[in-house]
Amino acid sequence: MRMLRVGRWITAIGLVLLASVYVRALSFTPIEQSQGLAQKIFYLHVPAAIWAEMAMILVGLSSIFYLFTKDPRLDRFAASSAEVGTIFCAIVLTTGPIWGKPIWGTWWTWDARLTFTLFLFLLYVGYLLLRSAVPDPAMRARYAAVLGICGMCEVPFIHLSVYMFPTLHPMPIVLQPGRPKLPGSMLTTWLLSLGVFTLLYLGFVVQRYALSYLREQLEAVGEVGHA
Amino acid sequence: MLLAEGLRHRFGAVRALDDISFAVQPGQTLAVFGPNGAGKTTLLKVLAGLIQPQRGRAQVDGGRRSIGWIGHQPQLYAQLTVRENLRFWASLYDVPESEFALRKDDLLLRLGLQDHAHRRVSELSRGLVQRAAIARALIHDPRVLLLDEPFTGLDRMSAEELRELLSEEAAEGRAAVLVTHNVEEGAELATHIAFMRAGRFVQCAPRAGRGPAEVGEDYRNAIA
Amino acid sequence: MRSPKLLRHAWAVASKDLLVEFRSRTAILSAAVFVVLVLVVFNFGRDPTAVSNVDLAPSILWVTFTFAAILALNRAFQLELENQSLDGLLLAPIERSSIYLGKLIANLVFVALFFNVPVLPYLVPLMALIALATVGFVAVGTLFSAMTVRTRFAELLLPVLLLPFMIPPLSWAVLATGRLLAGRPLSEIVGWLNMLAVYDIVFVTLAIFLFPATVNE
Repeated sequence: MRMLRVGRWITAIGLVLLASVYVRALSFTPIEQSQGLAQKIFYLHVPAAIWAEMAMILVGLSSIFYLFTKDPRLDRFAASSAEVGTIFCAIVLTTGPIWGKPIWGTWWTWDARLTFTLFLFLLYVGYLLLRSAVPDPAMRARYAAVLGICGMCEVPFIHLSVYMFPTLHPMPIVLQPGRPKLPGSMLTTWLLSLGVFTLLYLGFVVQRYALSYLREQLEAVGEVGHA
Repeated sequence: MLLAEGLRHRFGAVRALDDISFAVQPGQTLAVFGPNGAGKTTLLKVLAGLIQPQRGRAQVDGGRRSIGWIGHQPQLYAQLTVRENLRFWASLYDVPESEFALRKDDLLLRLGLQDHAHRRVSELSRGLVQRAAIARALIHDPRVLLLDEPFTGLDRMSAEELRELLSEEAAEGRAAVLVTHNVEEGAELATHIAFMRAGRFVQCAPRAGRGPAEVGEDYRNAIA
Repeated sequence: MRSPKLLRHAWAVASKDLLVEFRSRTAILSAAVFVVLVLVVFNFGRDPTAVSNVDLAPSILWVTFTFAAILALNRAFQLELENQSLDGLLLAPIERSSIYLGKLIANLVFVALFFNVPVLPYLVPLMALIALATVGFVAVGTLFSAMTVRTRFAELLLPVLLLPFMIPPLSWAVLATGRLLAGRPLSEIVGWLNMLAVYDIVFVTLAIFLFPATVNE
């Protein structure tokens, strides 16, 4: 199916670019002064975190449009975005501790930002669980849309809580009022990484969307049962 | 009183309603007979406004306020008394207090529930629960009755009583749409008869004095 | 005259729910048992020399409250399912929002009844905190329970879905309660009260808009 192939190509390119971003990050970008080598994970961790949140917002937006139009394509997109968002969120939650261990001396702490990323992950998991618990497609789409919209609205409150609690987590240096505090070469690497993650998000979502469409076709013919 | 035009509705690949059109005037009762899965319940739900049809429209004069639904689910709260149930449902239909008192007493009398009105629904026998359900459906003086397999689980006598009640209601000018797969039970009440299969009306015509047995015969010929 | 009707119907739904609940007693019993258990466990487990009462109180408060709330939440729509009366409610000429509001009110009253941890000198601000935080997650919970009640594993699914939505209001409330009990001035708490109020307004409004999608076909 054409969409699937397009999706696969985008993902493949994304992954290749990801590797090259990494080469650049490891070899060609200066080592950060206070944190050393461990800081490099920032190039992976932060863009993934940005897209983990963006994906949830996109789930919410497409859910709103779905409730008005009842167009199943919007529901399919929401589901795909949610799955990809879950993966990115998992990446954040795994790369975080990889950085945390050398810097903080611990894999995990019930610190505000970590806890809230965990809760974003729970939002995703809840969304996926709800989808799997409803066999009827129309009801599933409706319920998922309701949850998706609530999830999207919850994200700013989760964000808000982060800035209220004292935290060990580094404060934002790129996405903050004023110019990014990052020196040139590092900024470039970071921006490249953000671009790559955007590409990866697109690639994965397109693939997932295509697969979901194919599955629906099969289900309609009776080949496959609801999972 | 009640109008359906070009109703179409599908659930996934299944066509529940396929171009259904009809009209029911006050005092008329349309009986829709059909096998299970023909789309009868969907039709009623669309008429009641519980489902928005994908195509076509259904209109009941007076909207939801004038609809009374009698189905196989009593829609009574088991933990409340008959009286409390009636009061609750009447309040949702904005029945004024004075009118409520009158109708309540009238219905309790007609349905033989006066001695049981103070009892909780959970304590009542099946037959009494069914009567209470009818009282609940009628408490707000609906002009249109929608009946979904109302004879299910009723013994001969109760079915006869229900038929009597329904013809009384029709005589008072209420319109009714009755769906059932049991042709013999429903035929007597009908002024008009429709046979439904796979979402379509195979036939829709006035009963014209045909008895239950004859209607049953027609049905078997039409649907088989 | 639209607004009063909405509230009248909501009140009818709420009082019906409460009446049914008191007559059936199952939810009340389980919530009561839970409250007793929590108090017992916390009191026995505690080493009086180690942790001061004031430090522990906010957590006990909120844990009790939250669990009682979750127990209460499922019952709202479970009730309609058991009595097979949701269609009846949908058929009635009432706004869908009155069903939601009625359930919300009943849930709030229910939760409030179980809130029996002794209230301290800081009565008013504590009440405000409690009320605001509760409205926040009960509003979302009422909406979700309308959905989960028709799924498999309903009792399990509701807490899982609700958890991320309880955290912001709960954490703000716990922090603020801690400050209050430690004798901090009221002005410090106002910020949290505001955030809770915003959270409530956002989610109650959202729930009212989204509720019809959970019951209409």
